[in-house]
Amino acid sequence: MTHLPLDQQLLDSCAALLLLLSFAMLSQRRIVTLVNLYAVQGAVLAAATLLLAWRTGEDHLYLSAALTLALKVAFLPWLLHRLIRRLEVYWDTEPLLNVSGTMLAGLVIVVFAFALAQPITRLASTATRSAVGIAVSVVLLAFLMMITRRKAMSQVVGFLSMENGVFFGAMSASYGMPMVVELGVALDVLVAVLVLGVFFFQIRERFESLDLHHLESLKEHE
Amino acid sequence: MHIPVHPVITPLPKLLVGCVVLLLGWAAVGVAGLLRPRSVRLAGRVLFPLGALIGLALAVLAVTSLLGGGIERMVLPIGLPGLPAHLRLDPLSSVFLALLGAAAAGISMFAGGYFRAGQGTAPGLLGLQYHLFLASMGGVLIAADAYSFLLAWEAMALTSYFLVVTEHRRAEIRRAGLIYLLMAHVGALAILLAFGVMHGAGPFTFHAMRSAHLSAGWAAAAFLLALAGFGAKAGLVPLHVWLPEAHPAAPSPVSALMSGVMLKTAVYGMLRVGLDLLGPPVWWWGLAPLALGLFTILYGALFAAVQTDMKRLLAYSSVENIGVIFTGIGLTIVFAGSGMPAVAALALLATLYHCLNHSMMKSLLFLGTGAVLHATGERNLGRLGGLIHRMPWVAWLTLIGTLAIAGLPPLNGFVSEWLLLQSFLFGDQVPHTFVNLLIPMGMALVALGAALAGYVMVKFYGVIFLGRPREASLEQAHDCGWLERIGLAWLALGCVALGLLPVQVIGALGRVSAQLLGAVVPQASAHSWLLAPVPGRPVSYGPAVLLTATVAVVLLTMWAVRLLYRQRVRRVSAWDCGFGALTPRMQDTAEGFGQPIRHLFQPFFEMQRELPAPQDSAPRYRISIRERIWTIAYEPLCTATDWVANTAARVQQGRISVYLLYSFVTLLVLLAVALLS
Repeated sequence: MTHLPLDQQLLDSCAALLLLLSFAMLSQRRIVTLVNLYAVQGAVLAAATLLLAWRTGEDHLYLSAALTLALKVAFLPWLLHRLIRRLEVYWDTEPLLNVSGTMLAGLVIVVFAFALAQPITRLASTATRSAVGIAVSVVLLAFLMMITRRKAMSQVVGFLSMENGVFFGAMSASYGMPMVVELGVALDVLVAVLVLGVFFFQIRERFESLDLHHLESLKEHE
Repeated sequence: MHIPVHPVITPLPKLLVGCVVLLLGWAAVGVAGLLRPRSVRLAGRVLFPLGALIGLALAVLAVTSLLGGGIERMVLPIGLPGLPAHLRLDPLSSVFLALLGAAAAGISMFAGGYFRAGQGTAPGLLGLQYHLFLASMGGVLIAADAYSFLLAWEAMALTSYFLVVTEHRRAEIRRAGLIYLLMAHVGALAILLAFGVMHGAGPFTFHAMRSAHLSAGWAAAAFLLALAGFGAKAGLVPLHVWLPEAHPAAPSPVSALMSGVMLKTAVYGMLRVGLDLLGPPVWWWGLAPLALGLFTILYGALFAAVQTDMKRLLAYSSVENIGVIFTGIGLTIVFAGSGMPAVAALALLATLYHCLNHSMMKSLLFLGTGAVLHATGERNLGRLGGLIHRMPWVAWLTLIGTLAIAGLPPLNGFVSEWLLLQSFLFGDQVPHTFVNLLIPMGMALVALGAALAGYVMVKFYGVIFLGRPREASLEQAHDCGWLERIGLAWLALGCVALGLLPVQVIGALGRVSAQLLGAVVPQASAHSWLLAPVPGRPVSYGPAVLLTATVAVVLLTMWAVRLLYRQRVRRVSAWDCGFGALTPRMQDTAEGFGQPIRHLFQPFFEMQRELPAPQDSAPRYRISIRERIWTIAYEPLCTATDWVANTAARVQQGRISVYLLYSFVTLLVLLAVALLS
């Protein structure tokens, strides 16, 4: 058995935790818990960033970690919790695909993601290159969650979780994106959530529910 | 093959700058019309004649450039980033600029007297569209990069679309405009793709395209795409369907401009791509335009023969002439690709000559129908007749155009058809079996087309101007005004000049074949008045001799008749088989005149006849003729498009989950492709 340095082991554990959290989100039907899981995912991400920053000595990664902590652990979950209270959506309805089926699909996707990440793993020179597969899995699992949910709220959480995956991928493949891009993405996410929050109120006012199948009536009929 | 005979590039492109200034002048004249958009006087008496003068100046400039034979280039700092507008004036574009200027001079003069205040677009706005149309056609001819070319090309399509739908309050005119716009865009798409193939990896300038080395397959693909694109604009069968709809819908000067000049810009594009940008052509490329051109000749002539609307008849006649031109292009390419540059130069000469001729005579005829339409309000041949007595100016000037387009010497139509037939005679020397047998057979088709064109013109002229008026209202018809007379006379003069001075015209056109093929034809025999353009064969044609001889024979005959029959002339009424009362209805009609053609070439037409019963007290005979191509090709195409669209609409489910699934699956597939490759 090869002995990895401690920080490497810790980073790998963070990556594994991220994947585990993704699966947890995929199976979770309570929206409040979903948001909490998202916050935990953000915290793990921040920890991983911090570790990486300490290890590589890249200054901008400290900033990234701080940003992640502030935005994804504190602000966005707080915003989402407030939305949940005011909109009174605590539960998602039965997903389109049942939980066990979703989990199986998730497994297939993870295998696919790891196969996909192999060439990148081989090419990248970063210490965290083995985590690229996990990052892709997180993105795809979040996507899968968006597909299988009915409530708009869960989909927003899926969208945010997907952003987590992208962020983690960029970090593990090349020690993060340039600062400008990271700031831009953070701002994008923030604005998206705010705009979607407004949408939710409009949707609920119109259909008296946040269930998205009501939107099907917007389809153009022949 | 590509030996530039005059590789002189003048440091200061004086002529090209002049061209640009004149084109901008047209645009300025158009914009000036917006000062008082409702004023017929401003547009008609000032702006259109001014536009005609600009056309004249452009023609003079282009001829100067052609005779100089040089190439001028210019780069304007406008356009896309990294691709400024490249302009170029060479012999090929000079010929077409001369055509544009000369035809526009006559048509604009006529248009000054033609447009009146009416239901449709206001005169000032019409003037803007008209002059921008002219300027964009000029832009197409001097553009030297794909972006500027397509920009001008699309501007041309849009302005002409608005001109076609001048009387947009009528539903059938809007429909005709839509078909035109649709075909124009399909064609533009094909041209865009052709440029996309041709530019290879280099920039989108024509200069880079010339030096791009394409594989044989891609070069052929570019050629065929260009043929489809320019063919759709020119009206090559089976892409001609917009032409018989749009030409009658447009006001007559616009029809004249579209038929006389705009179709030629497509020919210019075809020549530019096929003979210049793609490098030395491969011989078998030429077979496509040759075969389509020959079929187009027959098709256009047959449908022209059975029309009863005078402008539709002329539109089909344009289709036929485009067939002649594309046949010439096909022959040029076959000969050039087979290592026979001198004969290719002859075929190219015939092509260019026919372009010039057609721009003059077809514009003249369309303007003639415009004058008749204004005087009588009637487009249906069945309600016209005997107008030569009421409208002598229009009738006599139109007669010149009619004789020219029928291909009668000593007018211009004969010269180009004769040149084309002469180049056909070399078809048996093409070093490819079957092709050398089939090309001479194509000559028979061209000859048939020429004969049918003559038939069509007898019908056109005879039914409108000769005989007796079929309607009482025709007695009130009046001749056209002086501006219109100037326009008609200018174009008629062009027909006569092109017919009587072939040696000089061919000398000038030789610069183009020198530029594109590196060969010229011998322009005259030992006597400078005798045209002998065929390399190595003792054939010649002297229009002046022919004219002198014809006039001499006619005068002698008249003199002899007078001498012999003096004092013995009787005047009696026409023989009426003893019926007693001849009415104007007892003349041959357009339908009747076309009947033999309908009968002989029945498989071409889709006819619906309504024959009256024998006991019918008010018998009516009705026939409607449709092109089979609608039922064979276009209607199935429409149905298929509808089906595809409806099937594709099922993708729209209205469920967000499904939409997300689409993105998800797309992402997975793309990633899998990346993984596997």
